[in-house]
Amino acid sequence: MTGPRTSRYARDVAVVAFAQSDHLRRTDELSEVEMVMPVLHEVLAATGLKAGEIGFTCSGSSDYLAGRAFSFTMTLDGVGAWPPISESHVEMDGAWALYEAWVKIQTGEADTALVYSYGKSSPGSVRDVLTRQLDPYYLAPLWPDSVALAALQAQALIDAGETDEPALAAIAARSRADAGTNPHAQLRGAVPQGDYQVRPLRTGDCPPVGDGVAAVVLAAGDLARQLCERPAWITGIDHRIEAHGLGLRDLTDSPSTRTAAQHAGFFDAPVDTAELHAPFSSQEVVLRKALGLGDTVAVNPSGGALAANPMMAAGLIRIGEAAARIHRGASDRAVAHATSGPCLQQNLVAVLEGDRA
Amino acid sequence: MTAASPPEVLRAPLVVEFPFTRSLGPVQSAFLTGLRESVVLGVKTSDGRVVVPPVEYDPVTSEEIRDLVEVAATGTVTTWAWNDRPRPNQPLGTPFAWALVKLDGADTALLHALDAPGPDAVRTGMRVRVRWAAERTGAITDIACFEPYEDAPDAPAPAPGAGPAPHDGVFEDAVTGIVAEARLDYVYSPGRAQTAYINALSEQRTVGERCPSCHKVYVPPRGACPTCGVATTDQVEVGPAGTVTTFCIVNIKAKNLDIEVPYVYAHIALDGAGLALHGRIGGIPYDQVRMGLRVEPVWTEGGRYPDHYRPTGEPDADYDAYKELI
Ligand SMILES: [Zn+2]
Repeated sequence: MTGPRTSRYARDVAVVAFAQSDHLRRTDELSEVEMVMPVLHEVLAATGLKAGEIGFTCSGSSDYLAGRAFSFTMTLDGVGAWPPISESHVEMDGAWALYEAWVKIQTGEADTALVYSYGKSSPGSVRDVLTRQLDPYYLAPLWPDSVALAALQAQALIDAGETDEPALAAIAARSRADAGTNPHAQLRGAVPQGDYQVRPLRTGDCPPVGDGVAAVVLAAGDLARQLCERPAWITGIDHRIEAHGLGLRDLTDSPSTRTAAQHAGFFDAPVDTAELHAPFSSQEVVLRKALGLGDTVAVNPSGGALAANPMMAAGLIRIGEAAARIHRGASDRAVAHATSGPCLQQNLVAVLEGDRA
Repeated sequence: MTAASPPEVLRAPLVVEFPFTRSLGPVQSAFLTGLRESVVLGVKTSDGRVVVPPVEYDPVTSEEIRDLVEVAATGTVTTWAWNDRPRPNQPLGTPFAWALVKLDGADTALLHALDAPGPDAVRTGMRVRVRWAAERTGAITDIACFEPYEDAPDAPAPAPGAGPAPHDGVFEDAVTGIVAEARLDYVYSPGRAQTAYINALSEQRTVGERCPSCHKVYVPPRGACPTCGVATTDQVEVGPAGTVTTFCIVNIKAKNLDIEVPYVYAHIALDGAGLALHGRIGGIPYDQVRMGLRVEPVWTEGGRYPDHYRPTGEPDADYDAYKELI
């Protein structure tokens, strides 16, 4: 066995297990910890590790989604956090929790990490909830919802000649068709494009709203090889952010994705798979351009966020899905992307590679 | 062990309100005060671009920027999106376009609503002007919306090179803060374990759940044992009596609470429970409450939980019997 082809960091760290819930429109019968716990048990069982053997635990979630203050402390009950464990939380997508855990392992303070994230959007109205992440002086008082902001971006792309409505519909259709083989996806198969939600985006261009959970286990070096037959080595990971003012940005491009990809070594070699966190069909157009993805790359073979978009988990799922393809030998080099904020404001890029025979 | 509770899920409205009071820096203060006075200000970046709405730090160099200029109340749509079904709190109650508008003299665009008869009346590049709100307070909503301004067809952007005029940003009675009102409405659903607990309470019973691994009984149950990280499944009725493990004397009257001070608030380990819950102690002078006191719940008509706990008259519990539960 050889190690990952490029090692730009102090320690080789891999995703050794991934699990996710079925993503559902509602999960009223479950509290957040009841929703999270089975996924934690599944991801740990895949490695044979017990919760107490994990070096560091990091989670991602947002209290605003379900309206419950400090809800993440409740979900820690599902980890077995007493006696106290080494633990942290980000009020972000779990992809950024993974980044923190990866840094923790790089420092040598842990050899393994459990990363999980969850979103329970069903109790509230996620389009309105997300307005609360906007600049409180100039934007939040206008309550521009997440679909409206994505629609502004889509129109900018259409005006620039980068896409049109049929092309967007084709992205939506391909995503839901690919999700046909993903038992966890919320939308599978043929889904009508429907009416305009906010023109030019139709229902089919928008992600489903739902509840869901994802978890991964990270491990370093030889331990990763013991825990997983074919670890998905994180050979590069970086995240970048753009200005929060939408009018300051070129909405048809994603320079932060491109910069993160450069720093993650993405452009050093071709990839066979891309799991892109593009909740809206139009955002896949932007990300393909930023990464220069050609037709030879399988984009979102899981169905992507258009098939299941549990807030705070959908980005981590992209890393998990890319890793799972490497685990089962369907990919040798994959890129995973996660986004946060309006119109792809903040972007994380991870390059994952499997050992070659 | 009791039979499982009925499976129907409990739901209740949950309203979260957070009216943040926010102070403004010098740039935002000038901009929002300007809107109150029907003046739109921008700020010049280090490389001479004009940013509207203005920011306090250069988006490229991060330098502090303070050179304000006055831009026009007319501008050009750079992108737009037709909103057929306005949502609560949005600027207009009738269908409108969201638009990014580059005001004449500015190099960046501002987001707001555009009042137009329909999507066919909107296009990128169209000319628009600010419609001022009738009452203005120093907020982004002082711009009621944009409206079409096509009678001066696509022309009068200021001559290149002229540039917008400097502005000192000084106004009388400047706005220095805003209150950012926010209200979000949820439907709260407590999940399986807490539903069973609440349903039992409505029958004046207290039902916890036992951890199948360490056998501790959690009251109220949250569905998981935090020590073992596994689901608690076996329902266990506890109490009704219990033991005061520790307490405090409350001397400050709580808002909207009709209880005479001083009174005692205590941790109470119900018989059979693996941890203490808390409740008020009544039926005994506050200065006679003590650790080990045996108490029982007092229910009021229609109450969804015990109003308070009162002494049972039993002898005090041995310290050893409850020391692990303090
Ligand atoms: Zn236990």
